[in-house]
Amino acid sequence: MQSHILSIILFTPLVGAIVLLFVPKQNEDAVRWIANVFALAGFLVSLPLVPWFWEKRFEPGFKFIEGAANNWIPSIGAGYVLGIDGISFLLIMLTTLLGWISILSSWTAIENRVKEYYIWFLILQTGMLGVFMALDFFLFFVFWEAMLVPMYLLIGIWGGPRKLYAAIKFFLYTLAGSVLMLLGILFLYFHHHGETNVYTFSIRELYKTAPHIYFDPNYGPGIAILLFFAFFFAFAIKVPMFPFHTWLPDAHVEAPTAGSVILAGVLLKMGTYGFIRFSLPFFPDVLTHTKVRSWMIVLSIIAIIYGALVSLMQKDMKKLVAYSSVSHLGFCTLGIFALTPLGLSGSVLQQINHGISTGALFLIVGILYERRHTREIAEYGGISNVMPVYATITMIMFLSSMGLPLLNGFVGEFTILQGTFMENWKWGAWAVPGVVLAAAYLLWLYQRVFFGQVTNPKNEKLHDLTPREVLTFVPLIIMAFWIGLYPKPFFEILEQPVNQLVQTVRPDYPLPPGAVNATNEPAALTVPVAVAANPPTAVQARPAASVKGKN
Amino acid sequence: MLFLDHIWLIPLLPAFGAIVMFCFGRKLQKATVSAVCAGAIVVAFLFACGAVWQYTNWASTPQNFHRPYQTVLYTWLGTDTRHLTYVLDDGKSTAPFQADAGFLLDPLSSIWLLFVTGVGMLIHIYSIGYMAHEGGYYRFFGYLNLFMFSMLTLILANNYVLLFVGWEGVGLCSYLLIGFYFHRTSASDAANKAFIVNRIGDAGFLLGMFFIARYFGSLQFTEVTRLAHSGQFAIGDPLITAATLLLFVGACGKSAQLPLYIWLPDAMEGPTPVSALIHAATMVTAGIYMVARSNALFVLAPTSMETVAIVGALTAIFAASIGLVQNDIKRVLAYSTVSQLGYMFLALGVGAFSAGVFHVFTHAFFKALLFLGAGSVIHAMSGEQDMRNMGDLHRRIPVTHWTMFIATLAIAGIPPFAGFFSKDEILWQTWTSQGGAYRLLWVVGYFTALMTAFYMFRLMYLSFHGRPRMSHEVEHHIHESPTSMTGPLVVLAVCSVFAGFLGWPHSLGGSDRFAKFLEPVFAREAQVLTEQDRAAQVAAGEKEAEHTTSTEYLLMFMSVAAGVVGWGMAWKAYRHADRGYVEPTAAAPLVYNTLLNKYYVDEGYDYVFTGRRKIGDTRLGVLGLGEASAWFDSNIVDSLVNGAGWITRLTATISSWWDKWVIDGVGVNGPAIFARMLSYPARLFEWGLVQWYALVMTAGLVGFVFYYVYQ
Repeated sequence: MQSHILSIILFTPLVGAIVLLFVPKQNEDAVRWIANVFALAGFLVSLPLVPWFWEKRFEPGFKFIEGAANNWIPSIGAGYVLGIDGISFLLIMLTTLLGWISILSSWTAIENRVKEYYIWFLILQTGMLGVFMALDFFLFFVFWEAMLVPMYLLIGIWGGPRKLYAAIKFFLYTLAGSVLMLLGILFLYFHHHGETNVYTFSIRELYKTAPHIYFDPNYGPGIAILLFFAFFFAFAIKVPMFPFHTWLPDAHVEAPTAGSVILAGVLLKMGTYGFIRFSLPFFPDVLTHTKVRSWMIVLSIIAIIYGALVSLMQKDMKKLVAYSSVSHLGFCTLGIFALTPLGLSGSVLQQINHGISTGALFLIVGILYERRHTREIAEYGGISNVMPVYATITMIMFLSSMGLPLLNGFVGEFTILQGTFMENWKWGAWAVPGVVLAAAYLLWLYQRVFFGQVTNPKNEKLHDLTPREVLTFVPLIIMAFWIGLYPKPFFEILEQPVNQLVQTVRPDYPLPPGAVNATNEPAALTVPVAVAANPPTAVQARPAASVKGKN
Repeated sequence: MLFLDHIWLIPLLPAFGAIVMFCFGRKLQKATVSAVCAGAIVVAFLFACGAVWQYTNWASTPQNFHRPYQTVLYTWLGTDTRHLTYVLDDGKSTAPFQADAGFLLDPLSSIWLLFVTGVGMLIHIYSIGYMAHEGGYYRFFGYLNLFMFSMLTLILANNYVLLFVGWEGVGLCSYLLIGFYFHRTSASDAANKAFIVNRIGDAGFLLGMFFIARYFGSLQFTEVTRLAHSGQFAIGDPLITAATLLLFVGACGKSAQLPLYIWLPDAMEGPTPVSALIHAATMVTAGIYMVARSNALFVLAPTSMETVAIVGALTAIFAASIGLVQNDIKRVLAYSTVSQLGYMFLALGVGAFSAGVFHVFTHAFFKALLFLGAGSVIHAMSGEQDMRNMGDLHRRIPVTHWTMFIATLAIAGIPPFAGFFSKDEILWQTWTSQGGAYRLLWVVGYFTALMTAFYMFRLMYLSFHGRPRMSHEVEHHIHESPTSMTGPLVVLAVCSVFAGFLGWPHSLGGSDRFAKFLEPVFAREAQVLTEQDRAAQVAAGEKEAEHTTSTEYLLMFMSVAAGVVGWGMAWKAYRHADRGYVEPTAAAPLVYNTLLNKYYVDEGYDYVFTGRRKIGDTRLGVLGLGEASAWFDSNIVDSLVNGAGWITRLTATISSWWDKWVIDGVGVNGPAIFARMLSYPARLFEWGLVQWYALVMTAGLVGFVFYYVYQ
């Protein structure tokens, strides 16, 4: 069971999609029930992973590895290899949870083409899980692209008035990034062959050779930087980092509620996950030896402040939440490029937090939209009077989103800010106004929607949350309080992977003794040693990086 | 050690009350709500008394002499392995990222613990009467209990991060309670303002915390204090100065100092018990608590100390001057609070930490009493808050009148009421501690004392004396408040009389037990001085000792005189106030209007910082930036994206044109057309009409025939 748990988690939603194919589409309730059963099953099968992973949390490297390199298409070196570490474990749990919640929340929201909707949603779920599990670039890219199509259809078919514009913008924009990444993958693939005479897409093998490019006289820093940017565009568009973010508000505004939840909750994390999993260990010297890192930091800080400022001015609730995502994800990328254990673990934690609180915010907006069919802030006011339970839940999630202590957002933001501040206090200081602005745009939104008297007669008869709607929020609220009150398990899960990562990227970074458990696996996550046979002189051991950040 | 070992229960009791209210409050009876919420605070108060009593016993044993008591519940942030670390300022050593859910009790937190739970308990009881006829009863008490939880967490935390939890928590509760009457726009505006301004301070606090963590490798109070006292850090160290200044920014936000004081007067939109509890007695003193808690750091940063003293003194006189002319009874008290908080910071800034804390302590009683009294007045006046419409209440609500009168005597610094001792101590310390230019601060403090007496007695005379100026209907309804409200007033009045005796100064034959109690927290600041400095100080002290006592008596007499003069001026101006009475300051309309409009600071902030008002056509501030960013986003960034799409479509159009007309047209169809053109002549002969072929054939045959026949 343990040896195949990842495959079981990965394919449960796909099985659901296939089963749905055989259900007549007129029978909409049956479709809904089956989809919900499989969505819940997808979450439930991932639960055993929690105790199993917990036992291994301090073990180094990837765990629950399934399949072997090159076993899928041996001729080109592609394999079906799955495996997770603490970072992907948390993101997988977030995906299964949000996947279930968003399917549950779609019960009444989707009224046409019900069957197709659920089929695409379940396929999307498998695609997202695959991205977080794949340890083979070929497999990874298959899932990465497979995820795009269902999302495109979810926006394009079940979206709002400008759905086609939004769907095409989303699709083309992200595809443009993916294409560059494909080039990057192929370069690494052939470079690996050049060094070892082996063709493989195995990520763990590529970890060993890719960092050599920077000091390889045949390629050098210029090529390494180009490669970094090939990956960067794919990930930066997905995150989205400033200035590649404008597809996001359009996609969010037009997407159906559940689509927005998944888009914000999980899809955006593909980008940050990509940075952590690929950009950092593949191109450590690009980050430590060149100005590239400063640019990443600057873009992150701009995203934090600028996203919040634009958010402040929005008149459409969903757009406001979408821009707040830009700001929050800015914190995540800031933590990543701070290249410190705290920054990284805070960043991953904040990705989880963002999934929980922003996911909930989109559900919240969706609930009003379902009742009134408008998201204009000006249409509302005094909603507290008619929907008190809803108002309370909204307040909790707003507070979680703005980082109030004892709720999840604070733990993530605080860790990121401290991790960044210790690297360079100016970076931390620049990011801090984002915390103030977050309070401003959320509280102002709350005031305009919930406080005051009901002025619009259409709002007088709104009914409060149904039990099903409350049920969609319960797990999110529990998670928000759990991470806020007792985040230690999360930090323990993240401790090994982030320390290993920092040691890989910055071998001279002082870590306390015993922080990284000695390991042979994956060898790449220890400092790479020259193994090349061809060309024999090409590779030098990496000199210790001199990091500029400090002052 | 039942109580001491379980001090973490003290914040959890009100948290439990709050959780019950939020989950089931809607279905509960009002009596049950009051029993649960007020009961939780009563138990917390008793528990706190037990804990402090056990602590004083514990800390007087030789092995624990003057040590703070700590207990850790669990590791909140970070891991038990301590492998999640960060690098300190030296770039080499690492420190674990850790913040415990740990609690600390020492004399400083004991004082706060006692008056917060004590005053909190009284205000809960008062609220039972005050809120009896209001909607949202359970919500109110839920918020109030949540506030007590946050405040007690703030007080009992053993590290900066957990203190920050309480710090933000009280800000949230303040927001919720200011916005309690959420259908009023003014209330929700004030709530937002309070939260956001507090958040600005909190941002400073966060950064200050990071500086401390970066320098000291720990955020635990005991550890930071130990390192600060260890002598390895120089006085005036720039990093410590930065850290303390940033912490002070946080304190300015929470404790309403210049320039972040603006939220507190607006916070009076909340129900009056809230103003008493949060915006007078407890929450707003959190900044003073935090600075006092960090005293070991502040004494290492003279620049920060100067800043604290100057900001405190300026705030004191600034707010007091606004208070002189306000007409809303709660606003006068609000500005008075800001001003008194300024006094406390002045004391901290000149290094008189225990004097500052003493003023917090006495102020908690008389200011809570003033607010609760004001609430009782408003209750009696059917919600009227404008003092111009009051008058002659002293006979109709005597308990309120007399208790408020005691509080006024206390705040005006009339001996032997509580405020006299604490305020006098602050002024005396300001005069003596540093000398030189610091004596200017004494002058500022002195005039503030004069103004304080004036505006407080103005409040008393306008509302309780003079001619009745309310409408007949209101007049008809005036009644003394129920016992649940007057009871707390009386208790607080007793405290306002006697609380000062705890700090009876040596010069008047007392023993200043209050300062002695706090000695373990503040005494060791002397240790940072070098040996010579200390010797010099002792020598200077002895030289001054002879004539200080006489100076002290003189200053004491002057500050009492200030109180009496202020009282007299108010008595002269307002004791006969009738409808259409004239403010004495109205003689100088410019001054009067400036004061009445609070120096136009709110307007200025709206123009410059928030951008809610436009200067001409341009909008500055955050909203201006927001507008610019939103414009930039949709017109530049998104246009670039759409432009890329447009260029793609343009190239697509051009290529499709090229494809259609050049490649396909010229390249492929061209030869075809050419061939077709070439075929025209040929086609002239072969156009597919069989009869024509037959005709041509026939004609040809005929031709041949003629040719051969006629040749």
